[in-house]
Amino acid sequence: MSQPFRLNKEGLINRNKKISFTFNGKKLFGYEGDTIASALIANGIHLVGRSFKYHRPRGFFGAGVEEPNAKLQVEFNGHSEPNVNATEMELVEGLSATSQNCWPSVNFDIGAINNFLKMFFPAGFYYKTFMWPKSFWYKIYEPFIRKAAGLGVASIEKDKERYEHKFEYCDLLVTGSGPSGLASAYAAAKNGAKVILAEDKPRFGGTLLTDDVSIDNLSGKDWAEKIISELKSMPNVTVKNRSQVFGYYDHNMLVMFERVSDHLEKKSKFTPRQRLWYIRAKETILSTGSIERPIVFGNNDTPGIFLSAAAKEYMKVYGVLVGKKPLIFTNNDSAYETALEFKKNNVEPIILDTREEHSSELIDEAKSKGIDIRFSHGVIVANGYKKVKSAKIGKLNKDKNSFEKIETVDCDCICVSGFWTPSVHLASQSGNKLKYEEKIDAFIPDKKKQHETSVGAANGSFTLEESLKHGFENGSNLSAKITETKTEISIPNVNEKKYGAHDKFWCMPLPKNENPKRFVDFQNDVSVSDIEIALREGYRSIEHVKRYTTLGMATDQGRTSNLNGLQLVSNIENKIVPEVGHTTFRPPFTPITIGTIVGREVGMEYMPTRKTPMHEWHEKNNAVFVDAGAWKRPRYYKQGNETLFEASKREAKNVRENVGICDVTTLGKIDIKGPDAAEFLNRVYTNAWMKLPVGKARYGLMLREDGIVMDDGTTTRISENHYHMTTTTAQAANVLSHLEYYLQIVWPELNVNVVSTTEQWAGAAIAGPKSRDMLSKLYPDLDVSNDALPFMGYKEAEFFGVPSRIFRISFSGELAYEINVKSDHGMFMWEKMMEVGKEFGNQPYGTEALSTLRIEMGHVAGPELDGRTIPSDVSLNGLVSKKKDFIGKNSLGREAFNVESRQKIVGLIPIDRKSSIPEGSHIVQDQNAKLPNPKLGHVSSSCWSVENNNPFSLAIMKDGKNMIGKKFFAVSPLKNKSIEVEVISSHYVDPEGKRVRS
Amino acid sequence: MLYIKCPYCGLRAQKEFSYGGDATVKRPNINEEVSSEDWDNFVYMRKSPRGKHIELWQHIAGCRQWIKVQRDTATHEIFQTAKVTEEIR
Repeated sequence: MSQPFRLNKEGLINRNKKISFTFNGKKLFGYEGDTIASALIANGIHLVGRSFKYHRPRGFFGAGVEEPNAKLQVEFNGHSEPNVNATEMELVEGLSATSQNCWPSVNFDIGAINNFLKMFFPAGFYYKTFMWPKSFWYKIYEPFIRKAAGLGVASIEKDKERYEHKFEYCDLLVTGSGPSGLASAYAAAKNGAKVILAEDKPRFGGTLLTDDVSIDNLSGKDWAEKIISELKSMPNVTVKNRSQVFGYYDHNMLVMFERVSDHLEKKSKFTPRQRLWYIRAKETILSTGSIERPIVFGNNDTPGIFLSAAAKEYMKVYGVLVGKKPLIFTNNDSAYETALEFKKNNVEPIILDTREEHSSELIDEAKSKGIDIRFSHGVIVANGYKKVKSAKIGKLNKDKNSFEKIETVDCDCICVSGFWTPSVHLASQSGNKLKYEEKIDAFIPDKKKQHETSVGAANGSFTLEESLKHGFENGSNLSAKITETKTEISIPNVNEKKYGAHDKFWCMPLPKNENPKRFVDFQNDVSVSDIEIALREGYRSIEHVKRYTTLGMATDQGRTSNLNGLQLVSNIENKIVPEVGHTTFRPPFTPITIGTIVGREVGMEYMPTRKTPMHEWHEKNNAVFVDAGAWKRPRYYKQGNETLFEASKREAKNVRENVGICDVTTLGKIDIKGPDAAEFLNRVYTNAWMKLPVGKARYGLMLREDGIVMDDGTTTRISENHYHMTTTTAQAANVLSHLEYYLQIVWPELNVNVVSTTEQWAGAAIAGPKSRDMLSKLYPDLDVSNDALPFMGYKEAEFFGVPSRIFRISFSGELAYEINVKSDHGMFMWEKMMEVGKEFGNQPYGTEALSTLRIEMGHVAGPELDGRTIPSDVSLNGLVSKKKDFIGKNSLGREAFNVESRQKIVGLIPIDRKSSIPEGSHIVQDQNAKLPNPKLGHVSSSCWSVENNNPFSLAIMKDGKNMIGKKFFAVSPLKNKSIEVEVISSHYVDPEGKRVRS
Repeated sequence: MLYIKCPYCGLRAQKEFSYGGDATVKRPNINEEVSSEDWDNFVYMRKSPRGKHIELWQHIAGCRQWIKVQRDTATHEIFQTAKVTEEIR
């Protein structure tokens, strides 16, 4: 197997290691160190994809992140990944790449018919065409567009790889290891600063790997190697390749994407695939270099057309020729280096230079080597469909808008250079307003916004000498401020070729009667005529032109197209480029995987799981769990083939008839201590707290300042200055913050401390008519009579040798107690209760039964306290003190809160006593009324009343108390149900509350 | 992600904090008469300035202290942080 376009010696690849891979099913090989692109080009393959809109044949254009065309579906290491940049992805054994956006194959793509219908697909085509009729959008237009706008296909397999996040801090982050980046990192490291040097590519050195320069008598590549190995040996320096800093965020936080193991054939189980670094840097050096921009000409998207620097990189880094009969089309000197490189490899290039005949160091060298140079020349149109075969070239008149002579020359590739665009993405993301630099026809960073310092080509300095000088100076000065050490470094001697001035020429004119497509944005198929149409149709702002034409909106973010687009707009509009402005640069710089963003927060690690100390028991006893925030709570304990409905009915019934126990550990618990604790509670709760004696609990209601109920719960006075507050499971964290707010900010004069003790206590409720009997067996030495331990009483006692707290409080409405022991004893307590409770018919009950019990008692919970209700709405106005002030009191006087017809809590039962009423149903007068049917209220909670053996619901209803006895409809369009209901009191069972006091 | 200097713990990532609104709002004194206009202003009316803003943050995943932060609402620049008992001017 020979590789027709591989050079014999050149390049940095490892020729001792062959790597086999497939492309569109064809078996090929490359070498270790190749990218997919370099290996394909070495094999003479250029046609790799079809364009987005017109399905035109596309080949490689660049050699790195700038690549707009060569996006492949790649399978490797068990992944299938779409839209992989072939110019960046390193070759690994067994990799298989396929072309995207073509059917049935890249060679014969039916979609290419769009190319011949292109007069029907101008800019704004979708906006104009798919508008009417409106009903066609979802069923016809959208699916069609989605299918046609094909990039790759995302895998539906579960991603088995490991992704990691890492947080790092440093004095100086250097982004890019070209000459200016290396110099900055080196100078800062010598000053003792903590430095991170990040390089996107596998190899360090940037342009030093491809430019014909020497530093201190070493070649650029050798000098880079020397600096890197010295940096690697320093303990204060982290050097990372395959790591792209893609985003610059607030307060100097930068995010880096590291490709840890995609290039490895074998790796250990715990090696992540990719890693996301959050780097907080004190100072940042942006040495991201520049990207060559093309000159626009006819059919400039034909496979075989390259950026000239990319062609040079393929030769110098990969030992690959992009063609054997190259045309070099340039407006500046840098492309002459590519021509000289071809010449060195015995390939004869022709240089077409848009400038008039003149002289410079590089031009003279090319001349002396006998290279065919044609001044005032350019490519008008490339010929060839799937590969360049020849080019029509023209000699430009002095006005550069017409031709003196036109001829056709044979070629197999065209290397184009329209000068250089600094990569200012990170600087712009930091908030830096860019400024237009006339000298280089591009934007460069302006005044610092955060701590970003751009150096080298990223700052518009295109000579090695200047880049190194800026790098050393800035690296040294920025780090010296942090480390207060300054090590003198002498700036090395540099040998480089001097460039002459470039030509401000960016788009080739067309001869009369010729109208080939001239592409500005390859990836989104935006041509010169599309931009002209947008402007003709009245789009002026560059942001509007961008959105209408999709210029620069593809995944390459217009790296090779933005400036040419701006130039075109400025020419047509007769404005200078800075007046046109530029579009916004947004992270990420290149696409990154979703897996990396997610990191390890998947599956069980998505959020913490909170388990009570009794969790294992619940598991063993067939509990079906429900999520309550991060907590897992038993919803019901399944016996045999029971359904949720059957099990919860059984459990609730058993509480009403015998006794049940419920794990209430998840309730929020807050310890409140201090001499002013009573006064504080008196301000926090709506009811009176000053006279609560030690050893007593009280139910309390707290409001927000706007009068809306925030939370409820019981608080117990443990001792003189010590209270134990409980909150609902859901509000525990909010209530703690709320209390801390008032103690720290509003009433700092109160001497009170609060701390969460939720996890310190395990809690179990014992509820039911037989609960006292059971309690007396649990505490044989304690007097638990109604006199000794009355409703809302509190006692501390030993629970089989373990200290415990007994609260006589009830949520179920039955005679009930809550026992708390330290968490470590939770399981012991629970098992003891199950053992002792046997003779009383004790059964555990879950949250579903718990809800049933509280709903039929008319006790409110989350669904009623939904952030919209005030105390009187939920029949809790008895708890609102008229005598004292408290949080939110002043709001209760608001007019809307006191109108007669205000919503109130009521109970609902179905007329047929059978149909369950879906939660969320709307209450309406007439189920057949015309929409919108006036809503009188909504169903907040529903249950099957075990006491009365029929459905029962709580509802919040307009003027509710006056509706009792009336009939309405509860309608749920979601469940397609309409149920006739009667309004009754919300207290369906034991309205006098006798049981809890029995 | 902002980098907030907790006056008790030092520089910490925004992840550790939760936002608490305008720090210049003063709650009317407890047990004192307040006109409904003053009360409504306290409960509902907030300025939403573009630029410098003194606000409350709580270091919930740290020392749990409420702190004052003077921040530019447009650029996110933080000029000063202080304990709630201290003044920011």
